[in-house]
Amino acid sequence: MAELPQSIEDTLALLEAGGYVADRALATVLFLSLRMKRPLFLEGEAGVGKTEIAKVLAATLDRPLIRLQCYEGLDVSSAVYEWNYAAQMIEIRLDEASGKVDKKAIERNVFSEKFLIRRPVLQALSGKPGKAPIFLIDELDRTDEAFEAFLLEVLSDYQVTIPELGTIRAAEPPVVIITTNRTREIHDALKRRCLYHWVDYPSAERELEIVRRKVPAANERLSDEIVRYVQKLRDLDLFKLPGVAETIDWAGALTEMDKLALDPETVSDTIGVLLKYQDDIARISGGEGRRILDEIKAELNAA
Amino acid sequence: METFTSSPEIARSDSRLADNIVYFARTLRKAGLRVGPASVRDAIEAVLAGGIGSRDDFYWTLHSVLVNRHEDHATFDEAFRLYWRSRELIEKMLAMFSPVAMARERSKPKAAEARVAEALFKGSSRNQPGEPPPEIDVDARFTFSGKEVLRTKDFAQMSADELNQARRAMDELTLPVDAVETRRFRSDPKGARIDPRAMMRASLRTGGDLILPKFRSRREVHPPLVVLADISGSMSQYTRIFLHFMHAMMAKRRRVHCFVFGTRLSNITRSLRYRDPDDAIAHCTDAVQDWSGGTRIGETLREFNRHWSRRVLGQGAVVLLITDGLEREDTVGLEVEMERLSKSCRRLIWLNPLLRFEGFEPRARGVKVMLPYVDDFRAVHNMDALDDLCRALSRPHNRNDDPKRWLHQY
Repeated sequence: MAELPQSIEDTLALLEAGGYVADRALATVLFLSLRMKRPLFLEGEAGVGKTEIAKVLAATLDRPLIRLQCYEGLDVSSAVYEWNYAAQMIEIRLDEASGKVDKKAIERNVFSEKFLIRRPVLQALSGKPGKAPIFLIDELDRTDEAFEAFLLEVLSDYQVTIPELGTIRAAEPPVVIITTNRTREIHDALKRRCLYHWVDYPSAERELEIVRRKVPAANERLSDEIVRYVQKLRDLDLFKLPGVAETIDWAGALTEMDKLALDPETVSDTIGVLLKYQDDIARISGGEGRRILDEIKAELNAA
Repeated sequence: METFTSSPEIARSDSRLADNIVYFARTLRKAGLRVGPASVRDAIEAVLAGGIGSRDDFYWTLHSVLVNRHEDHATFDEAFRLYWRSRELIEKMLAMFSPVAMARERSKPKAAEARVAEALFKGSSRNQPGEPPPEIDVDARFTFSGKEVLRTKDFAQMSADELNQARRAMDELTLPVDAVETRRFRSDPKGARIDPRAMMRASLRTGGDLILPKFRSRREVHPPLVVLADISGSMSQYTRIFLHFMHAMMAKRRRVHCFVFGTRLSNITRSLRYRDPDDAIAHCTDAVQDWSGGTRIGETLREFNRHWSRRVLGQGAVVLLITDGLEREDTVGLEVEMERLSKSCRRLIWLNPLLRFEGFEPRARGVKVMLPYVDDFRAVHNMDALDDLCRALSRPHNRNDDPKRWLHQY
């Protein structure tokens, strides 16, 4: 399937085909973003499947995925382009050796595309019509405002200006997906150019469906217990709530251990897969974890 | 940007829907969301782009364009429910919000008048005197417990003289440890690193005859600053000064976040963005309810650590804590939260105005518990004006500022 989806239902089906269990809200926003050719701005806690959307989209639409992982101090030379200085120097020496004297010609030659090293942003802008790449700008909050400001130009006009070479404009704009974990507020000017969506933790049914798909080997009863347990954990006042990624990891871990159901020992042995803060772990290893386990057992027996 | 329909056409083809969206956006704007004309146009475009099958689709379509902060979700949700439920409610919503808008347009915001929040939620009906205020079954007011003493507060406006003095003080202000190296570079003849790009460009000016070395060095920037200020009763005489300080800080540099706490934590960063100091402080007084009440340092720090620290303490922030450290509640929780706060920021500076008494001793339990986690303990012997505060912060670090000294002494 390489056609862009034509309706919200199509979008849902597309994500489904890629193994991504989405809710309708997400499908609506994604559909609009593809239709209106607007970047999609996904915000949410860590591990709720923001990055996964881009991967699934690339796989199902059969398009290249270009990922730009942001970090503090990300600059033009590692995000957009860089000149191959060593090759340029050799070129100058060769030109001299062959006796060329025309300065302009040397300059044109040295700053030409063959010495340009393309980094993700530039790669994303060089998609062929009908085959524009999926451009994933991951964890934008990790970079600084200066880079964010630069992105404004890229995202509003889909073009990049290289002083020595001129402006490079995308023949077809890429499908842009931006994710952030909110470790910093992103400026409104950038958000305004995008369609915004807050990716929340999934409902119990959806999470169960996700576990079934991602860990098919897991026992039915076990998956049900795992999902109920995690959902109950999310109601607690923990410092870091477990995401879907943690649920999948936990289901995988317990399946590897050939468990068929949760029991207190297993939970306390493997809780490190779910919770990553010592305070949280201490709290769950105490009475509260036991209470939750009893509750879900009672629920399941009643059902 | 490519668009596939232009707005005038939309207006013609389905004017009722377009009008409704425009009104809805206006309602959202009055409820505090930042919805510009461009997003209204986008919203109409989005609605026409997607085959809207159900109310839900419509909801999420508008949501994706009109909401761009997670905090605004609840407001949108409520407004959507009210607005699109039945037509009469539109009038109600507008009646509820319009007096505010009128007041705003009529006069340039005067500090004392700009009580947006109050006017908004009181639903005053200045324009229709005969009618009783419309009854609306939602209440967007903040909920609060009865135990707290909630007060509003008026601060004297700044005189021109005071403003000048404050500006001078801010110009001279240098915070302790206030420059961090970034991974960005600037050209610098004395720099330690080679700048290959500048070398290539320079050499081509001579046709590549000479390739001379050029250098660059790392650029330095101010780290983000987070100010946490105590506004409880015992601090009330300084509140005005440090509100002005926070405002001046916001104007002076980027990446500043301001919080105040008494019995609860309030983020006043957005209120302080108003350019005029009186205006900004008037907005703060409207947004915060626990002026000059009790203190719950531990509890409010916990709230900060849980909800805000991961959002504002990224990228090596410096935290400036302004409090007297007089904790009314148990100090065990306070200790845990102080430890977490101190571990999640680059540097924790405590500014304590209680030190005006020459014989200050950290006898209060709260103070004792907090001191070990502080990197820099700044004394302010008298804080009558902004420049006292600035001086206390600018002063080079001396042995009096070492928190351990205070602990050992007593």
